[in-house]
Amino acid sequence: MPIEKFIKIQSSAVPVRIENVDTDQIIPARFLKAVERKGFGDNLFRDWRYDKSNNPISDFPLNEIKYSGQILIGGKNFGSGSSREHAAWALYDYGFKVVVSSFFADIFKGNALNNGLLPVQVTSAELSEIFEAIDMDTQATFSVDLVQQTFTIDASDKVIDFEINPYKKECLLQGYDDIDYLLSLKKEIAVFESKE
Amino acid sequence: MSQSTTLFDKIWDGHTVKSIENGPSVLYIDRHYIHEVTSPVAFLGLEKRRLSVANPQKTTATPDHNIPTQDQHLTIQDALSRHQVDKLMKNCKNHNIPLYGLNHKWQGIVHVIGPELGLTQPGMTIVCGDSHTSTHGAFGCVAFGIGTSEVEMVLGTQCIMQPKPKKMRIKIDGVLSKGVTAKDIALYIISQISTSGGTGHFIEYAGSAIEGLTMEGRMTLCNMSIESGARGGLIAPDQTTFEYLKNKEFSPKDQKWEDAMAKWALLKSDKDASFHKEYLFHAQDIEPMITFGTNPGMGTGVTGHIPLAASLAESERVTYEKSLHYMGFSDGDKLHGKSIDYVFVGSCTNGRIEDLREFSHFIKGKKKAENITAWIVPGSKQVELQAQEEGLLAILEDAGFELRQPGCSACLAMNDDKIPAGKYAVSTSNRNFEGRQGPGARTLLASPLVAAACAISGKITDPREYLN
Repeated sequence: MPIEKFIKIQSSAVPVRIENVDTDQIIPARFLKAVERKGFGDNLFRDWRYDKSNNPISDFPLNEIKYSGQILIGGKNFGSGSSREHAAWALYDYGFKVVVSSFFADIFKGNALNNGLLPVQVTSAELSEIFEAIDMDTQATFSVDLVQQTFTIDASDKVIDFEINPYKKECLLQGYDDIDYLLSLKKEIAVFESKE
Repeated sequence: MSQSTTLFDKIWDGHTVKSIENGPSVLYIDRHYIHEVTSPVAFLGLEKRRLSVANPQKTTATPDHNIPTQDQHLTIQDALSRHQVDKLMKNCKNHNIPLYGLNHKWQGIVHVIGPELGLTQPGMTIVCGDSHTSTHGAFGCVAFGIGTSEVEMVLGTQCIMQPKPKKMRIKIDGVLSKGVTAKDIALYIISQISTSGGTGHFIEYAGSAIEGLTMEGRMTLCNMSIESGARGGLIAPDQTTFEYLKNKEFSPKDQKWEDAMAKWALLKSDKDASFHKEYLFHAQDIEPMITFGTNPGMGTGVTGHIPLAASLAESERVTYEKSLHYMGFSDGDKLHGKSIDYVFVGSCTNGRIEDLREFSHFIKGKKKAENITAWIVPGSKQVELQAQEEGLLAILEDAGFELRQPGCSACLAMNDDKIPAGKYAVSTSNRNFEGRQGPGARTLLASPLVAAACAISGKITDPREYLN
């Protein structure tokens, strides 16, 4: 289905200062049994958010009232492990539109882009600056502009440029997905098959 | 003259239907595997778009992720799992996709059955909504895991859109010591290059130690490529590959087999082909490995100690200490001799016949330690049958073990095979992430040989103590 367009947002952010956040943490395997794409946000970071008795763990950032917003800031190597697209669905369903890290795992990055969730890769020094801005003010806002490919720390006006594949950028700006494009290539694909 | 190219380039470029400038390649997919967990939403997407499956015969389905490993002849007890498996059956029926269902003689873990049926063949592009699709690279394939949106693309168009990864070569020269297996090579590499060392790359494994591996060993190694962050890993096909594939159910036969072998023999990197990154390791430096943390890169030789937090960069310490706290370990601890509770042998990493053979031969004539609960899970119905025929089942039972029925099982604990919270499991699977084998479970990744030694002694043990 066409993805939601992404152009720009301004929002506060939720910091998850952990490296190598794997997709088993983002959405544990036992919550992958749905046959529809619904309700995954409830189980986002399930085992970090809730204890064994399903009580919220108070010091996990998603449970801390002081943090909110559509941007998740994660530690290095975010989204490693399983290919489950449910990880991107869970983050998006929970309300995140942007994930920032100094490094993303490949499959996660592709899955995020295919679902209108923008992965913003920054340097480790910039990541520290972003975490510091949240330390100074937990409701500090950030502006993400996809057209300009900039991530701005509003408090300091620090502008961070980020990379995105031009094709993927266009898809996000227009709300297109890859399958729309592939379907337009039917002829080329048939020619390729006939040569095999 | 054309430029020197890598094996990866040859396969990738040969399957590129179209390259978008500054964008991804449109890649044609030869073989698509699906299972019950990552496919239902893709079928739903097709239905919403009123699309049919472009080429049903190029997709093969089997349920594996959340099926029980006992009493498979009965109805699946867990309603959600049952619904997902039913949905797979219905979707395959509606779209004429070959399915090897729960009681079919070819059912099993998708990455085990593809090769053993000869569906996976050299030079192919192979995808599946599962990150361990990298397994099939063992046959000289460009094989990698994809998300559900991409499963939908393959079903609908037989193509996906992918940015072309960079190329990495990892050479392992020399001869492996006794008691050291492909799993140890994999864990060793990841401990050296980290779980993100391969990100953005596709690995080619080469060198004499790699050439000396059996197909099962190569599959184990390629399987774990994703744990280094790489999109996949491949090995140039050779005589070992051809011997494995000969006479498999879907392998080419007669003249077609001869033609295929001639074509496959050309699948190798040119001598002076260049890679973006190269590593060289020596086989004799590799010991039987075990992990102590919550990612596969946190591993060491089984006789080693857990590295001191102080030896790490300050930025890494918080995550490191969180990980050790979860595991109930302290930095500096010696691993050898630590008591464990569970042993799991199975998964797409180490659930093949050779793995069961190694485990069984090791424990033959010995007894399972009393404190150990062991789950031995074959990767497929064919593996299960072969284990019976080779007498492995009898050896296992004599030593106090039982063989369960095929499936992904405790590797990701979607079924009832969950390691209880706080318990230690030596596991031949691929991921030791927090909660991977059940909420609170503590996983130590290792080879089937290390698992066997631990199952006998009840604690972390070096298999070489028994082999000498």
